[in-house]
Amino acid sequence: MALDAPDGLVLDISGCAHLFGGEVALRTRLLAHLKRHGLTAYAVVASTPDAARAPVRCGLGGLIAPGEEARRLSGLPVAALGLAPATASGLSRAGLKTLGDLAGRPATPLAARFGEEMLVKLRRTLGLEDARIVPRRPLPDCIAERRFAEPIARECDIEGSLALLVGEVGRMLEARGEGGRAFEASFFRTDGAVRRLTVETARPSRDGASLARLFREKLDSLADPLDPGFGFDLVRLAVLRAEPLAAAQIGLDGRINEDEEIAALVDRLTTRLGRERVLRFMLRDTHNPSRAGALVPAIDGPAAPSPAEAEAETLPRPITLFEPPQPIEALAEVPDGPPLRFRWRRVLHEVARAEGPERIAPEWWRLLAAPTAPEGARTRDYYRVENREGRRFWLFRAGLYERGGGTPRWFLHGLFP
Amino acid sequence: MSTTPAISALRGMLAGLEAERLPGGTQFFHLGAPRADATLGGPLACGALHEIFAAEAGDMAAAAGFALALALRAAAGRPAGETRPLLWVRQETVDAEAGRLAADGLLTLGIDPARLLLVRAPGAEAALRAADDAARCAALGAVILEPWGEPKALDLTATRRLSLRAGESGVPLLMLRPSGRPGPSAGATRWRIRAAPSRALAGEAPGAPGFLVELLRHRAGHAGGSWHLEWNHETRSFHDDVALPRFVVPVPVRRETGQAATGTTALRESARQLPFRRAG
Repeated sequence: MALDAPDGLVLDISGCAHLFGGEVALRTRLLAHLKRHGLTAYAVVASTPDAARAPVRCGLGGLIAPGEEARRLSGLPVAALGLAPATASGLSRAGLKTLGDLAGRPATPLAARFGEEMLVKLRRTLGLEDARIVPRRPLPDCIAERRFAEPIARECDIEGSLALLVGEVGRMLEARGEGGRAFEASFFRTDGAVRRLTVETARPSRDGASLARLFREKLDSLADPLDPGFGFDLVRLAVLRAEPLAAAQIGLDGRINEDEEIAALVDRLTTRLGRERVLRFMLRDTHNPSRAGALVPAIDGPAAPSPAEAEAETLPRPITLFEPPQPIEALAEVPDGPPLRFRWRRVLHEVARAEGPERIAPEWWRLLAAPTAPEGARTRDYYRVENREGRRFWLFRAGLYERGGGTPRWFLHGLFP
Repeated sequence: MSTTPAISALRGMLAGLEAERLPGGTQFFHLGAPRADATLGGPLACGALHEIFAAEAGDMAAAAGFALALALRAAAGRPAGETRPLLWVRQETVDAEAGRLAADGLLTLGIDPARLLLVRAPGAEAALRAADDAARCAALGAVILEPWGEPKALDLTATRRLSLRAGESGVPLLMLRPSGRPGPSAGATRWRIRAAPSRALAGEAPGAPGFLVELLRHRAGHAGGSWHLEWNHETRSFHDDVALPRFVVPVPVRRETGQAATGTTALRESARQLPFRRAG
């Protein structure tokens, strides 16, 4: 959401309109709520912020479908562009009263006389060019900042100021009995550019030393390093997310300390490598082997204990899985028996032992959601086979002979130790 | 016999230099297989670097299974080691070559997937650095480092640093090399793993995971052992009272002897003849 001076609001509703039953319903509901508060409002839904703003300024409302901007808006007066008064009166003196008049003119003379800014606004209003809004950010819980009369540029100064800020924020959090899960450092450059760095922790933290270390790690691992230019004159540290954190008592066996150590390691690795690279397993209650174990970022919290029935699982499963399964050429003695030999990655394997089939049918409720998945939609017969060298594989045959639907194909899905 | 003070002083210095005297190196573990443990001539140090190589490209899964099993044994050798988390640092390339790690398969080997942290490193250097950080964290049960191929960054200095880290913190560090040949390294032990035919269950079904394990080097004891080990996921231990399988198993080291060895005695013989090799 952004402010549109003097009395407007611009909302970016891309991707969330369906939550309110579509754009029409969203608009109706919004207006109804405002009316209940005693506010008179006009609302337009359009594909760019400027295309929505122009009719609202003229006291209109409604929906403008993408591509219709030029047709629907050409009758509006030029004042709808929100130009400076001098430009607007200049335009009307030249006999250009509506947006349609402006759009019909060649661009170059217009730009020469009334400025480039007017043309940019016109293009954005008519949906020829897109512009994003500059949103208002929610104010963080806890902020500390340092202003510098003399801008700082050296790495040690930056780290030093961060360390001070981290200490300040830590004391604020301690007074509130909280710890931060996400911290953001903003560096304001003298020329107006702002660079933001975010650091997350696996558990609430307010320990100055470890947070300073995480920020140092982040600064070291940046793909495009922090460019101080002529220096930063303001460094701000904000706590984006805070959670209650009681003062911890270290147990006699030191176990609390150990959990902290592991959380600190996870933080450090996540800061350096990214969220998607430091993972832990989450077991899902499903019989579909491809979906059984999901990997989730370890920083999101401690692992849930594995479900009890998982312990009782008796059928062996491979240690590694190929996604997607790799096609193989297999030769079976009887059509619905285990293969005698198969070829994978250009190597021929003679099957010495086999166990199976274990029939795994796809989850039909997922098929309903995605009816066009031919490979996944077929029942699989899994075999655990061992070749003559003692290597163990997990193979499956996709599809059943009796159901028809072409010759079943063989795949290798995983490897056993 | 009288020894001069100078010599006893030198002995004292040498004793101080021994890796086993480091504070973290005082915890040990056994494989749990009586015959193999007897040949090893003593337990293995927890706080050390152990290298595990796959004998051929097809043995990647066997090597991974053995590394995980060894990590479980090593973690169990430390206080409260049964519940400490394990950390597996994997170079991303391995996922494409050997498949991604599966939670169900970890259960099959006897480890709760919730206990395992997985780091997918974009390159060998990032993997080494992550393992270096992890080896300093004494709260971990064990660290498995799995680089792909023979990265430049993985030289004698790097392995020396890793094994020092492991020695300081006492965290077992297992370097799993699914591809790549043994190079100079400061590891305490070096193993070569080959898949072994399992003992069939009822109805000719493949049985518990079996490994043909060769000990290529062992700093603190005798190297050159070669065993057929089987992993039991319930007791979380190896055992080697395995009747040899039906199939003929070629022993890879002495190729010039030609014929494949048959039966128990032949395998033992060739095991005895294994050359004592120290790489590095």
